[in-house]
Amino acid sequence: MTAGLNWNLVDVIRQLLSFHFMVNALRAGTIVAVVAGAIGYLMVLRRQSFAGHTLAVIGFPGAAGATWLGLDAAFGYFGFCVAGALIISALPGVDRRNAGLGGFSEESAAIGTVQAFALACGFLFVGLYHGFLNGLNNLLFGTIIGITDQQVLVLLIAGTGCLVALVALGRPLLFSTIDPDVARARGVPTRLVSTAFLVLLGIAAGGTSQITGSLLVFALLVAPAAAATRLTAQPAVGLALSIALAVLITWMGETFAFFSPYPIGFWVTTLGFAIFLLATAYRGITDRAGRHPTIPSPPQRALSESTTR
Amino acid sequence: MLTMLSLPFIHRALLAGTAIALLSGLAGYFVVLRGQVFAGDMLSHVAYAGALAALAAGLDPRIGLFASTITVAVGIALLAGKATADDVIIGNAMAWILGLGVFFLAFYTTHRATGNSTANVTVLFGSIFGLSAHDAALAAGIATGLIIVLLLIARPLLFASLDPAIAAARGVPVRLLGLLFLAIVGATAGEASQAVGALILTGQLAAPAAAAYHLTTRPWAALPLAGALAVAAMWLGITLAYTIPVLPPTFTIMTVTATEYALAALTARLRRRRQDRPTRSRTTASRTQQTYPTP
Repeated sequence: MTAGLNWNLVDVIRQLLSFHFMVNALRAGTIVAVVAGAIGYLMVLRRQSFAGHTLAVIGFPGAAGATWLGLDAAFGYFGFCVAGALIISALPGVDRRNAGLGGFSEESAAIGTVQAFALACGFLFVGLYHGFLNGLNNLLFGTIIGITDQQVLVLLIAGTGCLVALVALGRPLLFSTIDPDVARARGVPTRLVSTAFLVLLGIAAGGTSQITGSLLVFALLVAPAAAATRLTAQPAVGLALSIALAVLITWMGETFAFFSPYPIGFWVTTLGFAIFLLATAYRGITDRAGRHPTIPSPPQRALSESTTR
Repeated sequence: MLTMLSLPFIHRALLAGTAIALLSGLAGYFVVLRGQVFAGDMLSHVAYAGALAALAAGLDPRIGLFASTITVAVGIALLAGKATADDVIIGNAMAWILGLGVFFLAFYTTHRATGNSTANVTVLFGSIFGLSAHDAALAAGIATGLIIVLLLIARPLLFASLDPAIAAARGVPVRLLGLLFLAIVGATAGEASQAVGALILTGQLAAPAAAAYHLTTRPWAALPLAGALAVAAMWLGITLAYTIPVLPPTFTIMTVTATEYALAALTARLRRRRQDRPTRSRTTASRTQQTYPTP
């Protein structure tokens, strides 16, 4: 690196693109960010952000196991995330209303146990594959180094498929997200739609994990989408904004990670959290100034009324 | 088996592990009962960032561990009820705290890389077999002290957890108890990180307690049962990890804990299904009576 990070954007971009691994990181990051922004927006509307996090954590033993067996980590991520999504949707619905003694919640106890067990399994696989200590950090907290052409291709295929399925699912999905009861009454197969969405979420979480690491998917999957819901009430605008913010966070994060000694996991989480806080603050100020109508907008209503998480 | 018990590192692991497991089982029961599993999750993220911040500053990681977990636990207790935070805010904040931990890790490895490169893995996943005699004695001592404090406040705490309104009306200092309890949970998180690591401690708090919750509805039976299940998982996990050297102790302990929880949840579901039949017919009977009320 001769010049380092400066305000001459052309020079910065020229420096970035002179390394093949960085070109691949930007390609992969862009694909992942577009998918994460789109799926993440619907996930936030459906209040399933912790399902996305759980699926990403389930992906960690998959990736570690795949590396141990000598396979591409991407197959492990996608395989375990999609399998996890299918299992979660097949489980009998946990009775959330029926809180038992005190504040006991079966859901949070089960999620805590499953996540801890998945992390312990991943640790075992990492231990079985000797000399993989740096790999452990990369799997948990993300990396921009070592993304191969083949991985970019796999991400591109998975991402395109994911977006095509999302478009095909679009209207019934949005309908059953915003008003599940009316949608069910109108004959929308809400259970099937929600299973299909969880599988898409699994693919998005698996892809995002490959950039941000399994533990930090919130940075791309939740933060841009949550910021978008604070800034606009229209679903189409929100979706576009969410995708744009996710791409911005990824590009900036990868650039900073390239020019600094600090890893991408730190940069994307910091940028994501900052954008989310800025959007929340902006919303607070405009709300106080009375610029927004008091009637709740559809996504907001979905946020406050929906009982499914 | 006898050779295992004669090894000093197993002694140390059993000494520290038993005290830590008993503490996390007992504290975990109240965590689960009070619906504060999310606080445990938060503390596990904070524990990682705190320990690595201390390492980056050149201190003993345990200082950062305890300082950060207890501070944040008290902060959660003070904020509870005042500020309403939805899960998106909590999730984003937790991800950012982990990101800060990664920042301290990079700082530590670039500025203080004096050989100890496994420190990160130790903080993330613990190393119960790697405790020194001093570490083990200190961990066991702190755990014993916390268990005693927890048992002293157990009665009013249980009352306050089950029915805060009535407990407050009876003169129980509900807020103070909640604060003290979360401080204990913070210290428990610091203890458990040393045994099983920062990432696994939520499972260690939640799983034995949730298993005990499923096995009995009586709180005074469930509390010791949660402690016993946690200790049993610790002993069994250590034995398994010793007999099969490939398996790390963190994995075996968590596997036994998760199995206990799965079996308990399954038992509870089967028992409920068996009990469901008579109750259901009774409710149908009462419903028919309601549909045709006598004038």
